[in-house]
Amino acid sequence: MKSSLINMFLSLTCICIVSGALLAYVNEVTQEPIRKTQEIKLENSIREVVPGFDNLPTEEMYKVGIAEKDTVFVYPAKQNGKIIGTAIETASKNGFNGEIRILVGLDETGKIINYAVLSHSETPGLGDKINIWFKTNKNNQSILGKDLSKKILAVSKDGGEVDAITASTITSRAFLQAVNKAYVAYSGAKVDSTTQATSTPDAQTDATTQATSAPDTQTDSTTQATNK
Amino acid sequence: MKGNLKTLTNGIIKENPTFVLLLGMCPLLGTTTSALNGMAMGLATTFVLVCSNTVISSLKRFIPDKIRIPAFIVVIATFVSLVEMNMKAYAPALYESLGLFIPLIVVNCVVLGRAEAFAAKNKIFPSLLDGLGMGLGFTLGLTLLGSVRELFGTGKIFSLNIYPEEYGSLIFVLAPGAFIALGYLIAIISKIRNRV
Repeated sequence: MKSSLINMFLSLTCICIVSGALLAYVNEVTQEPIRKTQEIKLENSIREVVPGFDNLPTEEMYKVGIAEKDTVFVYPAKQNGKIIGTAIETASKNGFNGEIRILVGLDETGKIINYAVLSHSETPGLGDKINIWFKTNKNNQSILGKDLSKKILAVSKDGGEVDAITASTITSRAFLQAVNKAYVAYSGAKVDSTTQATSTPDAQTDATTQATSAPDTQTDSTTQATNK
Repeated sequence: MKGNLKTLTNGIIKENPTFVLLLGMCPLLGTTTSALNGMAMGLATTFVLVCSNTVISSLKRFIPDKIRIPAFIVVIATFVSLVEMNMKAYAPALYESLGLFIPLIVVNCVVLGRAEAFAAKNKIFPSLLDGLGMGLGFTLGLTLLGSVRELFGTGKIFSLNIYPEEYGSLIFVLAPGAFIALGYLIAIISKIRNRV
């Protein structure tokens, strides 16, 4: 077909209007299922990391800012109105291929119950082992049951006591950084709320130390990332 | 009828986009870390190819020559977005592993290439068949490469254990392995094609 200004204008406009309308319609239809699947996934993950609650943690969610432009989401898990644990959603941007988003479950004393990886883009076959690696009870791999009030987590290469994933130290560092951030948010949240003042003054100072040492780990892993 | 059948098989064997035309290499290398991922990507591309070929073929009389490329891209991008939204809503696990590559179907040269080379010159039904054939050929290539990489990398095919994972060579799961495996596959297939 020969091109003239008017027919080019008309045909492209028509095509765009039709496809725009189609996309708007499908977007409207799929919006609800997309939101639902994401909610279900989050809910299942919370159930996995802090089992036994009977409230709706997603509805009691609150945000805690731990550093500039860094917010974590806290989901309190309650049984008969009493807090039995907290699920904390944090992320680290220092993964090998970008952001690692995890959910950490802490019990009322601050020990790690379990964790779940919400999203990551680590290398298949190497870094993507984070889903199970830090739960496996083998050598010093597992972080379950650890109490972060004494010492923040670090890989054994950096003087810590957690074994990094084989050939994925950067991924492991980023993961532990996110876990540490979760604890900072947890202890920070505890200081904030007066009703839940179960923590001793000692633990509170500890938490502040945690908070100040967290940026260090961040710079560390950033250097690592640029080194690779 | 015989012509139609030829159009269909053309994309699968004689002009296989992966092994003969060497089109769409970017998603090919990126998504074939496992056989299942490769197949899912192939099927998503097939859907887009069939729809875009059909629509472009039926619209070809109304699209002025000078703006045919932008018009084709709008049509293709629409279908890709539809696939993406539906996958996000109804197959979230699949979306997680392919998410990044789905929008890239828009710039996949197989899709635009077939729109330009076939659909813009042929009737609706042959265009549909050409899209289907090319799509299936692409799916075949992706699945084959995915299987090879999964087998050598992790000792599995479609997550079924063939041999223990410890003996797998990780390089096949990573990017260099994709190039190596693709090179050998193309060589083997050219050899077979020359014999026949």
